[in-house]
Amino acid sequence: MNKTQNNRAWFLVLPVFALVAFSAIVPLMTVVNYSVQDIFDIESRVFVGVEWYREILNDDGLRQALLRQFVFSFAVLLIEIPLGIAVALAMPQRGRWASLTLVVLALPLLIPWNVVGTIWQIFGRADIGLGGVIVTKLGIDYNYAANSFDAWATVLVMDVWHWTSLVALLCFSGLRAIPDAYYQAAHIDGASHIAVFRHIQLPKLKNVLLIAVLLRFMDSFMIYSEPFVLTGGGPGNSTTFLSQTLARLAVGQFDLGPAAAFSLIYFLIILLFCWLFYTTMMQLGRGPQK
Amino acid sequence: MARVELDRLAHSYKDRPTGDGDFALRPTDHVWEDGVAYALLGPSGCGKTTLLNIMSGLLRPTTGKVIFDGRDVTDLPTEERNIAQVFQFPVVYDTMTVHDNLAFPLRNRRVAESTVRVRVGEVAEMLDLSSYLNRRAGALASDVRQKISLGRGLVRTDVSAILFDEPLTVIDPHLKNSLRRKLEEIHRERKLTLIYVTHDQTEALTFADKVVVMHEGEVVQVGTPQELFEYPAHTFVGYFVGSPGMNLQPCEVDGSYAVVDGHRIRVADHALEISGRNGDRWELGIRPEFLRLVFDRPTDGFEAEITQVEDLGSSRIATVKAGGRTLRARLSEEDDVRGGLVWLVFPPERSLLYRNSKLVPTSPAGDS
Repeated sequence: MNKTQNNRAWFLVLPVFALVAFSAIVPLMTVVNYSVQDIFDIESRVFVGVEWYREILNDDGLRQALLRQFVFSFAVLLIEIPLGIAVALAMPQRGRWASLTLVVLALPLLIPWNVVGTIWQIFGRADIGLGGVIVTKLGIDYNYAANSFDAWATVLVMDVWHWTSLVALLCFSGLRAIPDAYYQAAHIDGASHIAVFRHIQLPKLKNVLLIAVLLRFMDSFMIYSEPFVLTGGGPGNSTTFLSQTLARLAVGQFDLGPAAAFSLIYFLIILLFCWLFYTTMMQLGRGPQK
Repeated sequence: MARVELDRLAHSYKDRPTGDGDFALRPTDHVWEDGVAYALLGPSGCGKTTLLNIMSGLLRPTTGKVIFDGRDVTDLPTEERNIAQVFQFPVVYDTMTVHDNLAFPLRNRRVAESTVRVRVGEVAEMLDLSSYLNRRAGALASDVRQKISLGRGLVRTDVSAILFDEPLTVIDPHLKNSLRRKLEEIHRERKLTLIYVTHDQTEALTFADKVVVMHEGEVVQVGTPQELFEYPAHTFVGYFVGSPGMNLQPCEVDGSYAVVDGHRIRVADHALEISGRNGDRWELGIRPEFLRLVFDRPTDGFEAEITQVEDLGSSRIATVKAGGRTLRARLSEEDDVRGGLVWLVFPPERSLLYRNSKLVPTSPAGDS
């Protein structure tokens, strides 16, 4: 094909650039602006360079929040991705039952975050909540308001309840897109169920799984309302994740400079991990190229 | 290798079929002889794929039996049937190498790895895949992918028959020929029973020893390409095979004559004491290749007018109108015409008579 070289074509990108500038770049730049100054009022502000960044990176509380955040997000991925695939595989493929299952699965996704927190706050109570009472009756000493591990586990189970459906629905759509001929060929080749999963379903699910992993990673890494409503970040700091720490810093203490520096680092971490997930998953299953 | 027998086989995709119309495959008896290459020809939706999937066990027939070499396999799952099938769209395992793809059916059957290597090598050689063996299958062109799916069928030593479901549909036209030739070669070498589904008559007629024509869920004729051409057993075969299809004209019958618009046309030597019943539908069929046009008024001719001449490259086809009827005839080399009056001559041995769409048996072809 003959391609005409004309660099003026770049001007065609201008409208998009203008839109993105207003929606993302300009607001981001104001954050950058805050992160390198110490502002007292509109008249008096001091350029401080990377001081806020240094302060943030050396803050023990923040480091612990970051660690908690990673442990939580990876736990979310480790549970929700396999569970979502399993649910999608077990779902009826077509007919009335398939539609019904889809509706039931979509229900948790329709509930607002803070409502989910409220539901679980009541559900998990050891005195009147259905879940809490059952766990206590099983002889487990459970109290999410007092025990750090219980609180952490409750937030995790809540997230699994809220978001596994998303993974399942994505996988279901991916599975439905596999032509019947693949399964028929596998039958003829005498493939076992495991081989069908390993060599047909999993490779064909790669793209939807990539989306599922990215969405779940980003979302869980930015989780705010649910633990805020459920535990308020406690007991102690055991369920205080990054976004809540940031909110305390920015809105609670009004430390806009450090908060801005923190926001940018937060943003870069998410960007870096999304890129890592993307590149590793796209490389998976490539095998030797000649 | 095996002989595959179908015994009163029928299938409906509905749970409770009521009429004939609910059946994708009407009750069929048929024998696929060992080592013969068959083409299963018919338009889309005539039940070809249904029939294939029943034989390979992907579909359980509503009624009837599938018998491999005298053994009833109707209830056996696909895995235990020793049948290979190649689909319309190439199915390869994207993440595996070509070698692993070819080895897959053998490894699933726990064949020793040394044997696997030998078999895969042989099949790759046969299909010109040797240079691709270490490449990942997902990234290859569709004709190579289709060869891989074919290879997975050939690699097994125990296959009774290989079924092809329109395997060349997605292949580029210039590669179709070479792949088809490859198939013929393999068939000659390995004496496999091949059943090749297609709706392309050229493909069917060039590839197969025998052609099975299906129409609306029924097998309407089984025969060599020549038989299909000369003695279509059903008006559908006449219309579907050949380009253009057979001329079919409603007519009446009088002794061994068909009567068309008052013209008495002698028909092929039917064992004619034609005992038609009232309400029978009669048609006179003649291939455009056999209908003769003469330009001088004969003693007993059927006057018509040429309305159009099409040049098909190797031959020219004239469309003629006689009364309200339209017929087509192939022009011979020397006929240089554009239009005008002609007379139609129906050679008796080529003029066939159809009762209710079925050929009235003629003596030369027996009761095909």
